[in-house]
Amino acid sequence: MVSLVRLLTASLLLSPALVAAQLNMPRGVTPVSRDIYDLHMEVIWIVCGIMAVVYGVVIYTLIKHRKSKGAVAAKFSENTPLEIIWTIIPMLIITAILIPSIRLLVDMDDFEAADLTVKITGHQWKWQYEYLEHGVGFFSDLSTPMSQVLGVDQKDEWYLLEVDEPLVLPTDRKVRFVVTSNDVIHSWWVPALGIKRDAVPGYVFEAWARIQEPGVYRGQCAELCGVNHGFMPIVVKAVAPDAFDSWIAKRANLPPKVSSDSGWTMATALERGAVLYDQHCGACHKYDGSGMPPTFPALRNSSIATSTDISRHIELVLNGVPGTAMAAYAPQLDDEELAAIITYERNAWEHDTGDLVMPSDIQARRR
Amino acid sequence: MISFLIRWTTTTNHKDIGTLYLCTALLNMFVGGAMALGIRAELFVPGLQLVDPNFFNSLTTMHGLIMLFGVIMPVAVGFANWQIPLMIGAPDMALPRMNNMSFWLLPFATLMLVSTLFMDGGAPNFGWTMYAPLSTTYGPPSTDYMIFAVHMLGISSIMGAINIITTIATMRAPGMTWMKLPMFVWTWLVTAFLLIGIMPVLAGAVTMMLFDRNFGTSFFDAAGGGDPLLFQHIFWFFGHPEVYVLALPAFGVISQIIPTFSRKPLFGYRTMVAATLLIGFLSYIVWAHHMFTSGMPYGAQLYFMIATMLIAVPTGMKVFNWITTMFRGSLSFETPMLFAIAFVFMFTFAGCTGVMLAVAPADFQYHDSYFVVAHFHYVLVNGLLFAFFGGVYYWYPKWYGRMYNEGLGKLHFWLSTVSVNLLFFPMHFLGLAGMPRRIPDYSLQFADFNFLASISAFIFGFSQLIFLYNLLVSVRRGEPATDRVWEGAQGLEWTLSSPPPHHSFQTPPRID
Repeated sequence: MVSLVRLLTASLLLSPALVAAQLNMPRGVTPVSRDIYDLHMEVIWIVCGIMAVVYGVVIYTLIKHRKSKGAVAAKFSENTPLEIIWTIIPMLIITAILIPSIRLLVDMDDFEAADLTVKITGHQWKWQYEYLEHGVGFFSDLSTPMSQVLGVDQKDEWYLLEVDEPLVLPTDRKVRFVVTSNDVIHSWWVPALGIKRDAVPGYVFEAWARIQEPGVYRGQCAELCGVNHGFMPIVVKAVAPDAFDSWIAKRANLPPKVSSDSGWTMATALERGAVLYDQHCGACHKYDGSGMPPTFPALRNSSIATSTDISRHIELVLNGVPGTAMAAYAPQLDDEELAAIITYERNAWEHDTGDLVMPSDIQARRR
Repeated sequence: MISFLIRWTTTTNHKDIGTLYLCTALLNMFVGGAMALGIRAELFVPGLQLVDPNFFNSLTTMHGLIMLFGVIMPVAVGFANWQIPLMIGAPDMALPRMNNMSFWLLPFATLMLVSTLFMDGGAPNFGWTMYAPLSTTYGPPSTDYMIFAVHMLGISSIMGAINIITTIATMRAPGMTWMKLPMFVWTWLVTAFLLIGIMPVLAGAVTMMLFDRNFGTSFFDAAGGGDPLLFQHIFWFFGHPEVYVLALPAFGVISQIIPTFSRKPLFGYRTMVAATLLIGFLSYIVWAHHMFTSGMPYGAQLYFMIATMLIAVPTGMKVFNWITTMFRGSLSFETPMLFAIAFVFMFTFAGCTGVMLAVAPADFQYHDSYFVVAHFHYVLVNGLLFAFFGGVYYWYPKWYGRMYNEGLGKLHFWLSTVSVNLLFFPMHFLGLAGMPRRIPDYSLQFADFNFLASISAFIFGFSQLIFLYNLLVSVRRGEPATDRVWEGAQGLEWTLSSPPPHHSFQTPPRID
């Protein structure tokens, strides 16, 4: 109990001066998000009006018609004209809300004439972005370290809303998003763009944005997608069109990453592996390797991680286990990263097999 | 002790079964409430402190399932068991042995549901909506127990519904025509038909889940030619009418309380009946407004938006009728009336945020955010739970022949009302500012309101102990209640003694 209290106070003290809490929906930076905002405000004023009238009558009644003030009950229990009026008025209000809504819905559904198409794929628990016209693609992972989540380190300003590689988009161009998923249902939500699109396996859904101001816009996965649902943020970095063009050209011409075994030592592998393990494996297999059996098997003392047959371990991480929550990591991580993780798993938690997996071992087993 | 057990397990008396339902619901309310407090404790400050994310997901899932299937539904059935025979002048329910069975399925189903928390791999962790494929391919093994529990709960509800329809259709006292039925009985009649319509659909959905999980089918698995969105459509075809299964009995309770303490007959009885029927019908054809962001063709979005907004019309009629019933009445403010008035205020507010959510384009921002959490808690807690609190205080003296403690009742009301609003109102802001629901940790800009909500949640939770204490103590020590109990009470139940005789109406009363 004492440690619990200490933990709570510690996390309170570690929070930096809090960002002023926002009360309303952001107006956003795209035509759609701004239209949504305007519609939202219109409906808010309408319902405020309704509430003012309804509450006004109730409060009047509560004050005026109290028995303690000698009020005598009237006998009426029906009034047809009145009942017709309060059936018609809501219908008119609904119509007033529907007209702009339908117009906006048509606009949101117009995916034609896009200048750029980005494919978004949800994975447990990271986003994959592919610029379909440019052949550029990458994964975007939460970059907040576990030490901040667990309250060991002070939380940054953008705690849980920062990634290793943001989605870079041009301003003033129509970007079309095609959204799908690799495993369970996710939802790609960036409030400032006015986009929330469920990523459903087996489906490709569309959305579009024309960003009008450069800046960094943040969002989160909005559909419960498993253990780390709360830890898969979205960061969109909007830059001027020419800056985008030069960025994407540079990104497309990046030489393919060649892994090399030179300088690959146990120390470097374990150091990188520990960080990468926490980032990619720890949510399910737990930071101490105990897992959550039977859904997420324990790695600690498992035959996979301790037997002499290293190739089984590598195959499993590379290709996953179809029909289970174990994803294939071959497309997500490079040879060095995978070698580091597997080396770490084989030597952490008193496994001490002494096995050092080389990047070339991974390279050799990629299909 | 053994005779006590036999008496309560074999009872076929509608009052005993009503009491059993209400006690089970009360117990479950504290179980589900403890889970809610676990959630709020974790969300007290940013960072992970108390529970790991998987257990957090189990907590949100079990909290939802228990509160819906173990609290609000049994409470409503408990009221139906107690009140319908009393209100229509019958000696008991039409099918008393089935009544016994439909109750006794409930505690075992709930037990099985709760037992999943202690199983390997943890309790179901995919939300009460059980979306596939998270619940099928990725669900923990305990999911199969949850499916079995849901089947049992469904059978229990369907049997209860058949019983209620049969009772109302065949056991009304002579002269009790359809248009003389008390409003509470009408709302339950429509509710029972909703239950019979939707519970088999839910059973079908979870059975397909069971087959996908264990027998290699691919109803919801895209890789096998199935469709994850099919699950959502089937689920919400159950799920949306379910909202009205919970809401209509609460509307019925309010329609009984307000006239009593206004000393004036219910305004617009016939439109109230019509509105109830209309809500029942519309509730079947609006389900996909839970799925605007799931991916739907434009035409479907348009249809579901318009149909959903139409529900505001009959619901509005109900609210206006309640208010007009109070208008120029002679109001007094005993605890049941306080809860009823609070219901009118907060349910109207929840209805307004409901209209906002129905606006499909704006729903792209609201959906799956804390705005939705705030909205449906305003409906279910600030609205329906308050209505049922009011109902318990209203009929408790009739049921058990003793008055509850009015001072404690008012204390319970004021503490609950203040804290529940401080708990759920800030969640609207959180949602609009971009906080997704069902997350165990959040970024720093959401810290203030979560802090406030968590503190208020604990105050609200512990305030319910006053309610529990009041009920338990008053059964023996409360002042004896008169037959009429309330000055303005109208209806057959108030013509009986308090508590009513074992077989309620031995000879049917005549209604002119």
